[in-house]
Amino acid sequence: MSLQSDVRSIELGRGLSANSVLTKGSGPAVVYLHGLLGQQWDRLLDGLSSKRSVYAPEVAGAHEPDELKAFDTIHDLTIYVDDVVRKLELGTFDLIGHSFGGMVAAEYAALFPERVRKLILIDPLGLWRDDKPVADFTYATPDKQRTLILGSSDEEAAKKLLELPGGTTHRNREIVRRATSMASILHFIWPIPERGLRKRMYRIAAPTQIIWGEDDLIVPQAYADDFASAIRKSEIKIIPSASHTPQFNKPDEVLKAALSFLDKD
Amino acid sequence: MKTIFFHQQGYRDLPEDFAKRYESVWVTLPNDEVCDPAMVQKYLRWNIEEYELADELGFDGLGFNEHHQNAYGFPVSPNMIASILARRQSDVALVVLGNTIPLHNPPLRVAEEYAMLDCLSGGRLVAGLPVGSPPDTVGNYGLPPTQVRDRYFEAHRLLIEAWTRSGPFPFNGRFTKLRYVNPWPKPIQKPHPPIWLAGGGSVETWKFATDNNYTYSYLSFSGLKQAKSMMQGYWDQVEAAGLDDNPYRAGFAQLVVVGATDAEAETLYLPHIRNFYSKSLHTPSYIHSPPGFSTKKSLEFALAQSIDRTAHTKLMGDPARASWKEFTETFGMVVGGSPDTVAEQLEAGIRNLRIGHLMVILQIQSMDREITEYNMRLFAEKVMPRLRSLWKKEGYQDRWWPSGATREGGPALPLNSAKRVVV
Repeated sequence: MSLQSDVRSIELGRGLSANSVLTKGSGPAVVYLHGLLGQQWDRLLDGLSSKRSVYAPEVAGAHEPDELKAFDTIHDLTIYVDDVVRKLELGTFDLIGHSFGGMVAAEYAALFPERVRKLILIDPLGLWRDDKPVADFTYATPDKQRTLILGSSDEEAAKKLLELPGGTTHRNREIVRRATSMASILHFIWPIPERGLRKRMYRIAAPTQIIWGEDDLIVPQAYADDFASAIRKSEIKIIPSASHTPQFNKPDEVLKAALSFLDKD
Repeated sequence: MKTIFFHQQGYRDLPEDFAKRYESVWVTLPNDEVCDPAMVQKYLRWNIEEYELADELGFDGLGFNEHHQNAYGFPVSPNMIASILARRQSDVALVVLGNTIPLHNPPLRVAEEYAMLDCLSGGRLVAGLPVGSPPDTVGNYGLPPTQVRDRYFEAHRLLIEAWTRSGPFPFNGRFTKLRYVNPWPKPIQKPHPPIWLAGGGSVETWKFATDNNYTYSYLSFSGLKQAKSMMQGYWDQVEAAGLDDNPYRAGFAQLVVVGATDAEAETLYLPHIRNFYSKSLHTPSYIHSPPGFSTKKSLEFALAQSIDRTAHTKLMGDPARASWKEFTETFGMVVGGSPDTVAEQLEAGIRNLRIGHLMVILQIQSMDREITEYNMRLFAEKVMPRLRSLWKKEGYQDRWWPSGATREGGPALPLNSAKRVVV
């Protein structure tokens, strides 16, 4: 059974496409910024929506990379995220970001510390260590890319998740969607997903949970300590036998960890 | 018809099991495992000797391009090699096709170096301005795919202003900000050297060519025979822009091998052709199509048309085992055979595609100095004279040729006869 959410279209002006924010649930607001596979409604988000109002926007330019002419840096993107959440009229909110979205979420929490109640970073990009370089997920065959992002332990489920739909029209549309979505991510992080976050993280005031897939092949687990030491109020939660996308391999464990972190005072 | 001797300047000795051992000829091929600087010293000497020979054999132009971090051709700075040739007393054109301007920071450097080359050569420079290939721009020089074209357009604007406005003046671009643009020198050719574009058939580049009345050269290794629909797309754009059908608006790169007879050509060159197509073009598809390099429109168009520019290699199977007939007839990537065969095929292809600038590739990867010279001499002696008069009687003028390159229909020096290579 596929998981369903509502869509709220947020107009942004400036000649930009509207942002189709996936949303569901009621309760305190949680904003979720997606990772490398682009915007999708998954078991983590659906589980969160049982206790929270979840809002999952898209990255800027996800449908039309031409719009990225209006964005030069990660700073421009962070302000774009703020434009979206202000239009959603959320006030303060909890913020969760995965992978690329984790990098943007950390930037957001550093730039607008008073807006974020609690922050959860799931295998975030954004830092760089020469002794443990972040892997290149772009110059990789589709099989290798799948393993990097989703791990190798749930191969059949991973293949199914990334399967292209049947029928030429649907198939081509999905190929274009994936290409434009990844183009809009690479616009901000290629060739090295590090843009000075380390020197801004001292501004993050929100209590922060750092969730990491034990077997992350893109950002090694050692980075969890780097995030934790740079963010004042932070804790690390390692998800065993999980990839760069732990919510794919272990959705219940990630959901439980996130909810218990958000719920506690 | 103008014939340009185009040299790829690749690594000539690649291991037999190259395609099995390595993922890619480009970007990630480990330099210390494959590239021996002492061998490169030898290749560079040969490359330059072959350029000098081409000058002496009477080619209309010498062609140089820019690529990085690969074995298939690593002319990292075409201006360095072109400047060696520019120093010679000659009337040959220096076709630098070209400098990859999105990769220069600031691109003012290209305006300066092209002006230096134009002065050094006495106005013999063609200033090629390609967008650049995905492996070079995205893989090797780390540009986000979505920025390559925007950087290209801005760098082009800077170059034109640097050459046509009086300095100093400020330039405030998105990527380049300069308080003082004031290059010394400016080019000899006014308002600037002829600008040529090059590419692999992208619609945006055709449009840019016609918007600016530049020539466009299609650089591929798939051959004249398979290029009809691609080149027709360009000519349709020329017509839609209301421009004339002057064939000198179009250039084309073609691998050519000439023997005394068809049979000799096959014996001499087939191993080198197999070697080239199986090793030099050995790249994974993700290196050529990083997300965002093509516009959304181009991607949708390509998917809708089921365009697959590597279709022939799929049909052909392993190029290391493909036959002479497959290369020269069935798929037609290579024009090869006796002088008569080659001249007839080239003439037909040139007329069919309306080509004014033919870039012949006569040194193919593993060919050594001797066999390359044999191919060059046979081509220059027996084939080139038959191509020269093409488009002449129709009265077309080459308005994109550098004014200082005054060579007209003949070599600067007397030709020696082609020596037969002992096979």
